[in-house]
Amino acid sequence: MTQLEFWQTGEKVSIREGFGRVLNYAATQRDDFVLFDADVAGGTGAKPFVQENPQRVIQFGIAEQNMMAAAAGFSDCGIIPVVSTFASFGVMRAHEQFRTAICYANRNVKLCCSHIGLDTGPDGATAQMLEDLATMRAIPNVTVISPADANEFMQAFLAMLDHTGPVYLRIGRSDNPIIADGKSDFKIGKAQRLTEGNDITIIATGVMVERALNVAEQLKNNEKISARVINLSTIKPLDQTEILLAAQQTNGIVTAEDHNVCGGMGSAVAEFLAENHPTKMKRVGVNDQFGKSGEPDELAKFFHIDEASIYQACLSI
Amino acid sequence: MISENSVTLDQRSLDLRKSAISAIEGGGRGHPGATLSLIEIMRVLYDDVLKFDAEQPDWPQRDRCILSKGHGCLALYTLLADKGFFEKSQLQQFCKTGALLGGHPESKVPGVEASTGALGHGLAIGVGMALATKIKQLNSHIFVVMGDGEINEGAVWESALSAGHHQLDNLVAIIDYNKLQSYGTTKEILDLEPLIPKWQSFGFETCEVDGHNVDALKQCFASLDFNCKKPKAIICHTIKGKGLSFAENNPAWHHKSGMKTEQIQAMYEELS
Repeated sequence: MTQLEFWQTGEKVSIREGFGRVLNYAATQRDDFVLFDADVAGGTGAKPFVQENPQRVIQFGIAEQNMMAAAAGFSDCGIIPVVSTFASFGVMRAHEQFRTAICYANRNVKLCCSHIGLDTGPDGATAQMLEDLATMRAIPNVTVISPADANEFMQAFLAMLDHTGPVYLRIGRSDNPIIADGKSDFKIGKAQRLTEGNDITIIATGVMVERALNVAEQLKNNEKISARVINLSTIKPLDQTEILLAAQQTNGIVTAEDHNVCGGMGSAVAEFLAENHPTKMKRVGVNDQFGKSGEPDELAKFFHIDEASIYQACLSI
Repeated sequence: MISENSVTLDQRSLDLRKSAISAIEGGGRGHPGATLSLIEIMRVLYDDVLKFDAEQPDWPQRDRCILSKGHGCLALYTLLADKGFFEKSQLQQFCKTGALLGGHPESKVPGVEASTGALGHGLAIGVGMALATKIKQLNSHIFVVMGDGEINEGAVWESALSAGHHQLDNLVAIIDYNKLQSYGTTKEILDLEPLIPKWQSFGFETCEVDGHNVDALKQCFASLDFNCKKPKAIICHTIKGKGLSFAENNPAWHHKSGMKTEQIQAMYEELS
């Protein structure tokens, strides 16, 4: 694969499909990374890479703490470990290894975790990681990225390999419409303004970006409200410039994330604005609850992170 | 079973201990028990076993020594200073704000391979290094020094399983088995026995040695087979606080802070 193929906008694709595709593409471009798997390559989306590049996969079994600290030691020799498992285990169970062995030592380790948010669906609360952005962004040295779709994920993955230092990258599980055409530049730390608008700003991340775009369209048509939509795929470091402009140029900010409202992307935006430009805000996210089994779109409705909830949040400002 | 005997410490062992105590004196704190338990293990590693270049701490072909029981860092710092990785005067700055040497090893310190102190990480880091150095064909050996209390941690046994599975014959786990952890004996707190069969069942070649007997330690390291497709585990029978009669096998000497001048003086006197 000499050319990375992006999906067409509107196609329904899971981010994890992007993981498998971009791993195989990157393998044709560079020989300085390997995949660390904890017996879940079928779930994370890495399986096509495991099948095509078995010599570049190290299997650690269901032993994430060992895998994580091993990545710290492994990176010492200049080969990049791309560590992949479900977020509940990669972020939570091996959190201390990630913090101390990797981030404190500033090791060049890339952690790519699937099963994040209600997007995880039927697997239920144990697998639905709703706390990863909060815990990861509290660690110094780490870059935290939450792409909006499979195309943006692939761009983020390649940027991640070029970046030196620990990175946490979120992988979505369910099929969602492609919104990024893959042609615009992806830069770590740079938010993307997807629509111009002067009345209100919706800052969204992950699967919520597509919902935010739909809400902006509905607000324009139904309410004559012009909404600016920002895709904040890098949660850390925060694109302060773009957030500040939104606060200065529009009348309020709604954040939207498939994550607990405690400590997530909305909190990061609120923390920054509280100190620099106090702004009317509403945070759309899971309201400090555990998830449950169900289809992602039904769960979104149940936990009030669907389009109607973003719409209402915008009207309430 | 080999047990620690009443080895008489030679002048180098006494001098290394005094050097470590100078850091406790300078910093006003430290873990004397673990430090004194480790001195001969670290001495033999740095004097006779490890391949390194103090002028070039990141030399890719070097052997790697990870002190996983990070609270014993003064034994490591003492040897690193002795070998010229940094000035010996740094020892007296131990734990001071802004100093090079903190209360647990940090990878920013020349010669320190991993930031440890969170128990149970070192063997996994060693597994990663062993895998990567094999892929890179660096012919490096990886030594991981762990405490007996430390191997209470479940993560250690994930790493042991992994090391055996990947046939990491360039990896050596060293257990400082002084049989005393923070608040009591290993037997009382979480019994490790039968320890040797445990490591063997995870696929390790094992040997036991008196961890204060320099000649026995040298012999043990020299006998390691790095082509046997098995990781190694060396059980070093040691005495916590070795060399100070009042500290030996005394849990109260696990950690000390706010030490009085007379206490420091008593430590130096015993070693003179």
